[in-house]
Amino acid sequence: MKHPADLDAIIVGAGHNGLVAACYLARAGLKVLVLERQPYIGGAAVSRRLYQDFTYSNCSYVCSLLRPEIIRTLELPKYGLQVIPYEGGCTMMQGGGHLALYDNHDALRREIARHSKRDAEAYDRYSRDVMRQCKFIKPLLMREPPDPTSFKPRDLMELLYLGKRFHGLGEARMYDTLRFWTMSAADFLDEYFESEIVKAHFAGSSIIGTALGPRSPGTAYVLLHHYMGDIDDTVGAWGFARGGMGAISKALGASFEASGGTIRSAAPVAQILVRRGRASGVALQDGEEIHAPLVISNLDVRRTFLETMDAKDLPDEFLGQVKNFKIRGSSGKLNIALDGLPRFPAIPAGSPCTRGDMHVTDTIEMMERAYDDWKDGRWSRAPYIDMLIPSQIDPTMAPDGKHYMSVFIQYCPYELADGPWNAAKRQAFGDTVINTIAQHSPNFKDLILHAEIRTPWDIENEVGLTEGNIFQGELTMDQLLFNRPIPGYAQYRAPVRGVYMCGSSTHPGGGVMGAPGANAARAVLRDLGRAH
Amino acid sequence: MSVTVHEAQARYDCIVIGGGHNGLVCAATLARGGRSVLVLEAGAQVGGAALTREFAAGFRVSAGAHLLHLMPAELLRELKLESHGLEWAARGMPTTALVPGQPTLSLSGGAGGERLSPADEAAYAAYQARMQRFAAALVPVFSRVPPRLGTTGWADRLALLRTALQIRRLGRRDMRELLRIGGMNVYDLLEENFESPALKGALGLDAVLGANFGPRSPGTVLTLLYRLVAESAAGPSGLSQPRGGMGALCNALAMAAGAAGATIRTGVPVAQIRVDNDRACGVLLESGESIDAGSVISSADPKTTFLRLLGPRHLDAGFVRRVNHIRSRGLAAKLHLALNHAPPFSAVSEASLRGRLLMAPSLRHIENAYNHAKYGEYSAAPVMEITVPTMNDPALAPRGQHVLSAIVQYAPYALKEGWQSGRQRFMDVAIDTLEAAAPGLRACIIGAELLTPADIEQEFRISGGHWHHGELAFDQFLMVRPVPGAAQYRTPVGGLFLCGAGCHPGGGVMGIAGRNAAQAVLAGDVKSP
Repeated sequence: MKHPADLDAIIVGAGHNGLVAACYLARAGLKVLVLERQPYIGGAAVSRRLYQDFTYSNCSYVCSLLRPEIIRTLELPKYGLQVIPYEGGCTMMQGGGHLALYDNHDALRREIARHSKRDAEAYDRYSRDVMRQCKFIKPLLMREPPDPTSFKPRDLMELLYLGKRFHGLGEARMYDTLRFWTMSAADFLDEYFESEIVKAHFAGSSIIGTALGPRSPGTAYVLLHHYMGDIDDTVGAWGFARGGMGAISKALGASFEASGGTIRSAAPVAQILVRRGRASGVALQDGEEIHAPLVISNLDVRRTFLETMDAKDLPDEFLGQVKNFKIRGSSGKLNIALDGLPRFPAIPAGSPCTRGDMHVTDTIEMMERAYDDWKDGRWSRAPYIDMLIPSQIDPTMAPDGKHYMSVFIQYCPYELADGPWNAAKRQAFGDTVINTIAQHSPNFKDLILHAEIRTPWDIENEVGLTEGNIFQGELTMDQLLFNRPIPGYAQYRAPVRGVYMCGSSTHPGGGVMGAPGANAARAVLRDLGRAH
Repeated sequence: MSVTVHEAQARYDCIVIGGGHNGLVCAATLARGGRSVLVLEAGAQVGGAALTREFAAGFRVSAGAHLLHLMPAELLRELKLESHGLEWAARGMPTTALVPGQPTLSLSGGAGGERLSPADEAAYAAYQARMQRFAAALVPVFSRVPPRLGTTGWADRLALLRTALQIRRLGRRDMRELLRIGGMNVYDLLEENFESPALKGALGLDAVLGANFGPRSPGTVLTLLYRLVAESAAGPSGLSQPRGGMGALCNALAMAAGAAGATIRTGVPVAQIRVDNDRACGVLLESGESIDAGSVISSADPKTTFLRLLGPRHLDAGFVRRVNHIRSRGLAAKLHLALNHAPPFSAVSEASLRGRLLMAPSLRHIENAYNHAKYGEYSAAPVMEITVPTMNDPALAPRGQHVLSAIVQYAPYALKEGWQSGRQRFMDVAIDTLEAAAPGLRACIIGAELLTPADIEQEFRISGGHWHHGELAFDQFLMVRPVPGAAQYRTPVGGLFLCGAGCHPGGGVMGIAGRNAAQAVLAGDVKSP
């Protein structure tokens, strides 16, 4: 295969962050090649047809956090990205009944009042407080975290910026912020709400993808994910990507190619080459070598440094820290083709509730117990599930009259206490999930035409995420900001000159957000003296 | 004991509510600063949760805390406690980990013990040295009034800057490591460093003793550092046992306070903090007696102080809500056994029996014990810190007989089945657990008592029965402890101060909160915003 002569940069992995970084670099005039192991691009943001004419969003399933500035700068709508907002959502209760969710604040407030008048009032306070934290954090997403141990002017300026922003909150809000970032979701919600179902609903987002339970300190801040989209006033910041999550990757790929970039799929990289202490290119698994002075890895740090680089090229202490980086598989995924729309008796007919994410975990205790199972090395017997039927909104996902259901499952361990994953265990895991749903939908099982069951082990094997962790590393305090991924290496630069990291292992972390890719590209361009 | 009782006075500069160790340290410091001070203790004797009392005929025990290792040596010297009668039954006590069916593991003196692999041995030495460096760097943070954030005052800014510099002075490598592990859980920290489950279990237990956390809970490196910082401030004497139990410490503190001119009255529960013109002006006793004071300093926990003694009507609604939300439900129970014989721990040397024994075979074991507590159940296989105080101080029991005192976790304050029926059952579980390590123990028992957090709440008047008067966690630490607006020992009501474990830095028999509070009072009785 031919490559553009004198490449400037190679990007290892065509996940959304790799593609975002590639787009920015190509737009800055660099000659960029993206190498992808799979025959298709997207990493964990893919749409695939595995059964008849059904399209599955195999891994990630909701477009919630993609930064609007990225969408705009890279002109993604022009390249086919269309995001359709959710119309509702709900949490069904064990004994019947439900809490409906609406995008509209007042409508949701009225719905909460149905369960508790006090909670409806608290909801005003809650959304105001969480929104305030959102506004505080938002500008930090697209910045390079400073090194607090450094005396370089850039780091000092950045620390000063953070200090000023924090100070700008005013004394009372500063304390609120300190608490918000360190509390558990359960404790935080207890400060507002009394109704179990209301607390359970909000707590859901705090555990997705993490190896923590809702009672673990440090889970409260994840609650703001629900609000992240709202503050941009961008309709669809929280919604379905038309055509599935692969549509995002497709648009990114198209935008990249329009800027002159090249993508090569089915080209697995075996090693990042280092010559005289700096990056010199990559070697593919088939032995082919491709040279470029810059190599930017979209793989998680464990994969990048432990599997794709030679240990002798890296400092020992750094390698030790990489080994200690926590990437834990805790989530599973089911993609189900349905012969029709399942009935959920808890939800009134015609309610928009089914046109968003649906849950069946109605107490925080249930979530915490689901987490306890994970700690013991087994999948949750009563898992927390986040279930969507995108085909109701986006008819391209399934044939007429039929439906595609995406089910995200928390918790499912990467390593089982009773030995490695196998086909029988995978099926048993899938059955647990299907039975959980069937408890709330009498005709659900009869409608199933096909189900793709994905354990953390499967996700690791297919997508390349270590342990199948969707965030490329736990989002705990010891792995956030200047600690992410490794203290002293939080600025996208690896210890080898010319090697960069641009995956979710870096600040600000996972979710189909694109910020790590954009930040990494900025770091590369700054080092080239091309910063804007 | 005898306490100098000065003639009753109608008005004092300062009234200290509660004669626990923090109240007494505060009173002594204030008296030494020239204030007229009255200490009011509800119980029949001073000591709060650091007291010695009989629990079975002829058997006495430190009913709350049973080891002294956190009080700064400087404070002991400053108050001349040894000349006020404090004697030591033991100092520098060893720590030994017990795993039933396995040889014991010594954790003291960096020796590591014979059971550790060479890798663990080396890692343990490096780990201890590093953690001690971190602890030493953080000592000044404990001994100062926490700064307020967002003020324009230079004092607060300087305090923050000083802390930053202190940490910076660790050097780049250590600083990075401290900033990384600071927010971590102790499970991950220990897994990164060690192989031996017994070693990890024992080291992990220290991080969760007294806390509503399991080793996997983020924030447990903070609780571990808390202990290490206090131990670092306490100086090199290590784990100590006052002769006569912890009550002897408080008696000496009371003597010191008395000698400095403070008056101490016991058996006088305070009913109310009186407020006049938005300022605390004295207290009303349950007996109906009213006493005036320029300042009232409460060593009671914040909920008791603000909600019961002061009353929400003197506070704004937001502040009351914060106080209501302080997490202060205890999970540590205290087991006291009267034994007709030394406890028959197998394979435990006499020297180890004179020290502290830990029963937490692995981190997973602790985590599983904690799981129960999350759902309002007691642990089916509890973890423990055990001492046999009579080994060092035979006078606590009749001749030849012994006392076993253990902190047993986890016993949630709000047990679902209720402690009425749960107490006996949990005591049986705890004794069975001990029996596994000390076969024949049950047959030696001639008296037993289990204090659940609910009992601790009642006996020591600590709302929730939490020995820190409020969970030690990032959201209840430093300038947000116990709540913003009361974190500098001052409160929203002029003339009212806090000086108990609910304040910075927190609980344990440390006395720093009491001393810092006294300094805040002496610095000027100004209203907090």
